Amino acid sequence: MTALSVTQRPGDPPAPRRRRAKRPARGIVLNVVAVAAGLAAWTGLSASGIQGLTGPVDVAVRGAELIADGTLTADLLASLRRVFTGFALGTALAVPVGFLMGWYATARALIEPYVQFFRTIPPLAIIPLAILLMGIGETPKVFVIFLAAFLSSVVATFQGVMDVDKTLINAARVLGASDRVIFLKVVVPASTPFIIVGMRVGLGAAWGTLVAAELIAAQEGLGYRMQQAQLYYDLPTIFVGLISIGVLGLLMDRLLQLAERRLTGWQERR
Amino acid sequence: MTTKISFRGVSKTFALKDTDFLALDRVDLDIADQEFVTVVGPSGCGKSTLMSMAAGLVEPGDGEILLDGAPVAGPGPDRGVIFQQYALFPWLTVRKNVEFGLDLAPIPAEERRERAQRAIDLVGLTDFADALPKTLSGGMKQRCAIARAYAVNPKVLLMDEPFGALDALTRVQLQDQLLDTWSQERRTVMFITHDVDEAVYLANRVVVMAARPGRVHRGIDVDLPYPRTEEMRLSPEFARIRNEVWHSVYHQAPAA
Repeated sequence: MTALSVTQRPGDPPAPRRRRAKRPARGIVLNVVAVAAGLAAWTGLSASGIQGLTGPVDVAVRGAELIADGTLTADLLASLRRVFTGFALGTALAVPVGFLMGWYATARALIEPYVQFFRTIPPLAIIPLAILLMGIGETPKVFVIFLAAFLSSVVATFQGVMDVDKTLINAARVLGASDRVIFLKVVVPASTPFIIVGMRVGLGAAWGTLVAAELIAAQEGLGYRMQQAQLYYDLPTIFVGLISIGVLGLLMDRLLQLAERRLTGWQERR
Repeated sequence: MTTKISFRGVSKTFALKDTDFLALDRVDLDIADQEFVTVVGPSGCGKSTLMSMAAGLVEPGDGEILLDGAPVAGPGPDRGVIFQQYALFPWLTVRKNVEFGLDLAPIPAEERRERAQRAIDLVGLTDFADALPKTLSGGMKQRCAIARAYAVNPKVLLMDEPFGALDALTRVQLQDQLLDTWSQERRTVMFITHDVDEAVYLANRVVVMAARPGRVHRGIDVDLPYPRTEEMRLSPEFARIRNEVWHSVYHQAPAA
């Protein structure tokens, strides 16, 4: 075995191949088992008569009804639109600001106090202010989500720029690269992994702020629907809302993970 | 032979917490065109600082560094630098890494490709031209870095303990490959190392430095012909020079 690994060339696939191929399948089986067990426990709990707790079947029926009459789709679209608008605006601003902060000490000194200060305020605490300043339309909802996404990704981006290996910058410099070239061809690619991690955190924050933002006099959306359901003691609808939020959040995170693997596959992983 | 790079009364002081640390004290050193000079010395003798100043990454506190008679001001592609940590761009393939410096010069695309290919062939990475650095061994990474430095056709190669992170076997192989590459395309080389064997095996001349303050202790000529071979490594003449260098590195009289 030792002799084998010595002669192995760097481009060759790693030796323990079979074990690797088997693992994901085993993992998925265990995932499915875990979910099934969870559903069974839930059914058991609701059957044992905990007050008002509905079982998975009721929730599924309610979900089918909400899909059939178009309510769920409309709510999903309304919520997704808010999250995406806030998240897109937040990260679109966070990336250049993060670069600015990472690259210029002056910009960092000017901006950092604000970023650090607002980071300590939960975005939800901004809601009362946002309502008073921006009314009860879409603007305050999107703004709160925007703020949550922005603050999470700006820190990651600027940390990423700060952490770029100085040797790489020197290597580019001795090859004749100007500051502009170093920024575009070294700093940007080198900090991409950090930016994507920041975006994932930002997306989580945006999603996390959504429901609360939709408590601001919304007319549709998952948060609004759950709020209404609460008034009418409609547990199945609340569960449908929660599950939808969870599944969508998971899907979006996976999507970003896919992008991450695509864009940062060059990284050496230990 | 004409002087390629010369250090004239170069000093450098680093400010520490409460004192100033004199890293280099009035260093004078001339390196001739196409000469292969290795610089050895105890840690803290400022050998890496000296090289960084030649690269233009660190400014001398006092004195000046001349390249072909003109003072060095900042980094430039006329001096290729090879770092101990390889410093390859991990998101670029071997070929793209080698082309990085060429992209910055006004070179037509076709010539750029040819020159990159030639540099890759020169270091024996032809089969790995489209591989990402993460799939390469340490020795291959350093060969890629050497190709990248060679591709821009520098007048001087500055190498800062380039084989320091490699295992002993790979190091010996890379020494031979470097000499092979160097004899095919002669350059002026300033090679920093702390390995006495390596210093003697590669160089025309070994420059021994002393620490506290960092200064040139003495220069020792290596009168062995190129190409250097394994037999030479084991020859009495090699042993004699090696002993001399060893002695001047490890048994230095304290600074006056």
